[in-house]
Amino acid sequence: MPPIRDVMPAFELFQPTSVTDALGVLSRHGADAWPMAGGNDTFDWLKDRIKKPRVVVDLSMVNELQGVKDAGGGLEIGSTTTLTTIANHPMVKERFPMLAQAALLVASPQIRNVSTLGGNVSQDARCWYYRAGWPCYRAGGNICYADTPQAINREHALFDADRCVAVSPSDTAPALVALDAQFVIRNGDAERVVSAEEFFVGPGIDITKLTSLQPGDLLTAIRIPNTFANKANYFEKVRDRMVWDFALVNIAASFDMSGTSINDARMVVNGVSATPYRLNSVEAFLRGKARDKATADTAAGMAVEGAVPLAHNAYKIPLMKALVKRAIRGDAAWTS
Amino acid sequence: MAEQQKPVAPAAPVAPPKKMEFKVLGKNYVTPDLVAKVTGRARYAEDWKAEGMVFVKLMPSPRPHARIRSIDASAALAMPGVHGILTADDLPAPPPPPGGAPPAKGPAQGAAPAGAPAAAPPAGGAPAAAPAAGAAGGGAAAGGAAAAPPPPPMPPEFALTKEPVYEGEPILAIAADSEEIASDAIEKIVVDFEPLPFVIDPMESLRPGSSNGREQGNVFVGPSMRTLKWTREQMASYDAGKFPQDGEATETAVFGDIEAGFKQADLIVERDMHQQTTSHQPLESRSAMAYWQNGKCYMHVSTQSLARTVASVAGWVGIKPEELVLISEYTGGGFGSKIPGAQSMAIPALMSKKLNGRPVMMRISRAEETYIGRVRPGYQGYIKMGFRKDGRVTAIDTFIVEASGPYRRQGDHATTANLGSLLFQAPNMRFRGLSVATNTPPGVSQRAPGGLQASVWFEPLVHEAAKKLGIDQVAIRKLNAPEGQAQFGLVPPNTPPGRPRNKLTSCFVKECLDKGAEMFEWERKKANSGLRLGTKIRGIGVGTGAYTAGSIGVDGLCILRPDGKLEIHQGVGNLGTLSTFDTARTIAEVSGVPWENCEVVWGNTSKGLPWSSIQAGSQTTYAHTRANYATGQDLKKKLQEVAAKTRGGSPDSYDTGPNGVIRRGGGVVLTWAQAAEAAIKLGGIYDGTEVPKEINAMTKAAAAAHKGRGLMGVARDNLPRDGQTYGFMAAFAEVEVDTETGVWTIVDFTGVADVGTVIHPNSLGGQINGGSIQGIGHVRSQKLVYDPHYGNALANRMYNNKPPTILDAPFNAKWAAVELPDPTNPVGAKGIGEPSTVAAAGAVLAALCDAVGDDVIRRTPVQPEQIMSALASAERKPDMPHVLQAFI
Repeated sequence: MPPIRDVMPAFELFQPTSVTDALGVLSRHGADAWPMAGGNDTFDWLKDRIKKPRVVVDLSMVNELQGVKDAGGGLEIGSTTTLTTIANHPMVKERFPMLAQAALLVASPQIRNVSTLGGNVSQDARCWYYRAGWPCYRAGGNICYADTPQAINREHALFDADRCVAVSPSDTAPALVALDAQFVIRNGDAERVVSAEEFFVGPGIDITKLTSLQPGDLLTAIRIPNTFANKANYFEKVRDRMVWDFALVNIAASFDMSGTSINDARMVVNGVSATPYRLNSVEAFLRGKARDKATADTAAGMAVEGAVPLAHNAYKIPLMKALVKRAIRGDAAWTS
Repeated sequence: MAEQQKPVAPAAPVAPPKKMEFKVLGKNYVTPDLVAKVTGRARYAEDWKAEGMVFVKLMPSPRPHARIRSIDASAALAMPGVHGILTADDLPAPPPPPGGAPPAKGPAQGAAPAGAPAAAPPAGGAPAAAPAAGAAGGGAAAGGAAAAPPPPPMPPEFALTKEPVYEGEPILAIAADSEEIASDAIEKIVVDFEPLPFVIDPMESLRPGSSNGREQGNVFVGPSMRTLKWTREQMASYDAGKFPQDGEATETAVFGDIEAGFKQADLIVERDMHQQTTSHQPLESRSAMAYWQNGKCYMHVSTQSLARTVASVAGWVGIKPEELVLISEYTGGGFGSKIPGAQSMAIPALMSKKLNGRPVMMRISRAEETYIGRVRPGYQGYIKMGFRKDGRVTAIDTFIVEASGPYRRQGDHATTANLGSLLFQAPNMRFRGLSVATNTPPGVSQRAPGGLQASVWFEPLVHEAAKKLGIDQVAIRKLNAPEGQAQFGLVPPNTPPGRPRNKLTSCFVKECLDKGAEMFEWERKKANSGLRLGTKIRGIGVGTGAYTAGSIGVDGLCILRPDGKLEIHQGVGNLGTLSTFDTARTIAEVSGVPWENCEVVWGNTSKGLPWSSIQAGSQTTYAHTRANYATGQDLKKKLQEVAAKTRGGSPDSYDTGPNGVIRRGGGVVLTWAQAAEAAIKLGGIYDGTEVPKEINAMTKAAAAAHKGRGLMGVARDNLPRDGQTYGFMAAFAEVEVDTETGVWTIVDFTGVADVGTVIHPNSLGGQINGGSIQGIGHVRSQKLVYDPHYGNALANRMYNNKPPTILDAPFNAKWAAVELPDPTNPVGAKGIGEPSTVAAAGAVLAALCDAVGDDVIRRTPVQPEQIMSALASAERKPDMPHVLQAFI
């Protein structure tokens, strides 16, 4: 009766070697199938016997899903390309160094060697109540344990909480959103390409998932347009340890500059809501402004408007403000 | 008493110690276990297999405190592939309690007779209370309910329970063909729990009307418990952010007169402080495999000590020590959580017995290890220190509420006080403490128990005082540091005068500070204190650490075989420190038998191993260089006597050379092989037929098993010792803190140790750096998190309980030793495993205070938001509900 954790249950394992075969297995087993990329999110769920899929589809042998390709000055990155590959890839580092940096700051070297970009953006919430198997809203129950008067919620949401206060844990997700990335999803014979806004979903839309992926779906690639290629950008992650740690708060920003003024910008913060939190009002404010202290200070105030802190995460407000300021001021702000 | 309170200078006139020179000791070498470890051939407990082996899994309690009304396992036991169930009813009765004895005997335990660790199971034979033996240890200082009859001692902890007192405590075990089947079966078992009140945050259990962690009370007093609540006013003070210093304590220990001491002070610094509870998290969990054969129980276990695990595990299994064969050749760390093995190790043995001896493997998962793997108790409390203008400490006062876990007084808090007395030679000091029952994993010694906490507790105040007084940070520590045979320790109030204080056997921490300052380039680095680089600011810090570093009275055993090889038997556990082999080399050093001729026999009690110290409290190096020195001398003496008996002349006319016994000034008269053969012919004391009376029964049994196989060297360490042996370290750190985000990194680090003679430089480097990383992890990130309403753990995985990683360590860490011998060890050596942890934590914390100011950091771990939100606020206080709240 009491739950047993950390013991892998039995399941049927498929190891397809082509996208076609993978899609075939996924559509055949529908909601019973669990697509697995690097396994870092998957194995926790399986070993803790909280999610018990009948079928696991291991995507690691599908070569078509791996690799970084030029796409008209932007990039198309296969969904099971490892984070180590992305962090070290010359085209990623040259065109979108922010993405390489975000990938490099995920977890640990060993984890990055098996973790994939698709897995990093599709991973489930890391709320420690939810991950421990508590029957919360996100798990299909009718309470949020992280938002009770005594809950320990240092790592939880400031924005857009809708019953659930879990946050998106991904480091690459905000970078991809700040680069206007598109997500290529196949299901059976159909293919759809969705924007980040459509890919990441908050609890108001689906409280049990962080993405819009449905049974049978296979995220095959992520496309990054050339909009912000070779342009100014910024990524920073704040965490407790120097390695193997999810972000308390991270920030990704892209800037299209005209001389010293901002032509267009994307600013996305993660670790503060269930989806990568795009600072739309800040982006609008930044157009035509210089990347200077005055701009940064105003933007920082705008960024946190509407934040609703919980008992233990009020620090995320000044931290987020600091990161917004630093993103606008640029690296020179703290390195000299 | 004031006159007695001055630290005693080294007895005059003593010649300044000099580095000792050796042929074998002090050199780097390849340990006999190395190739197996790096090639993966080393077999740890869970790597063993046996025909017909089945697996057990444990049912963890889902509740922090409950009584089990009933267990219905019928559905589980009906499953194919399920072989049996073990519950608390199947456990043997505990050994009789040793008269409510204090949890640990301390450094004198080496003198304990065979089988003495029967008392070890609950206590862990831990060194934690060792330094406190003269202080508040043993519950002697219980100050509260003097008039009432003492409550009965608390029952000990068992491997399985009917009243789980923390989440994850094992309730039952199921054996099956696979872990998968066993787990599926456990999920079919219906347990009827009666929920009981529980405590997570110790301070909350002091609130009037609040729950107690145990039915017997909420605070541990000696071996018993009582209920103690503070007043509403006191808790209102706590709620308002101030630790109530007038709260009742159950333990008080004093030295001198603190009121007078504070009157003498030109500067008083004080603060409330929190430090967290951390789990041990050895990389190898406490797995065990067991089977029975010919009336004996064979067990493959993961333990720190080997000789000292036999009696404890036998006690838990309910058999005599001689009925147990224990195998533990390699252990992936323990950090104090496996000193004499672990209660849970009885489970596969008892299940195997139920299954008629069928081998049973119990692999402990990381989730289980985090539950049952023990913790270092966290503190909430208050510290006040007085200083003269010149920086000399005049008085220390501290109140520590210890989160002791559910089973017993852990006593780290008293050790912290004892080490404060030692490290700062406090002429006046008071410690008041409470050991509060929490329904969280049981506390036990964790690398420098109470010692690591001591540096976190006191070093930041010393830093603040030096800053305010305009004194150099190294100079203030040198001024207050112990030296020579310095005295230390606290006693219960109203102890009659004249009671002798604890006394060191040696102390060269001032020399460590000098050498470290030079290596770290402290004078040059001072320019970096407060240096701004954009939003980043640098800070430098220094800290000193001390911990017990040696016990006495254990045995050594070796056999020179007719093939010319010398077997050196070691009952020392191979827990990763290399001391199993490093101390064996003393026999080669003393006897003259080349190390290349030596084979170390270890890790399996059926091979005949001598009685040993526990591998804890940094004792082994000191204890077993002494024991093996005596054994090496015995071997050499016998070689000389054998030569005299077979070649004529007096024993003194012979010596040992590289190839055997030589005539002084001449050539070889007996090769090693010939000496062994001659010893066998002579019999008696020479081949182990007769052994010294004073050796331990375990050593006698080992000698009996090997008699007649060659020339036997066997001896007990009877060498004198006056005082207690402590190791020391001085650590230096430079940190860089980003003031906008609170993120900090260590940019430079140096540790210089006082370990006496360095017997294995590479191993010492590993201990200094490894211990330092553990201390750094305490300051940086490691913690446990509990939901206070439900009492359940929230951070059971390493990604959220955050032990330190190698990438959190400073890349350019430097280390050294002052290499001044301890006069009470024949080779001058003493231990280091723990002082490094203490010093590193203090240095890094002091450096952080140097960078951000002394008014910011009030809790560990120093998470980024603590610094960031304090620096961003006008009050310079972190934005958190209560800075002392535990388990967040």
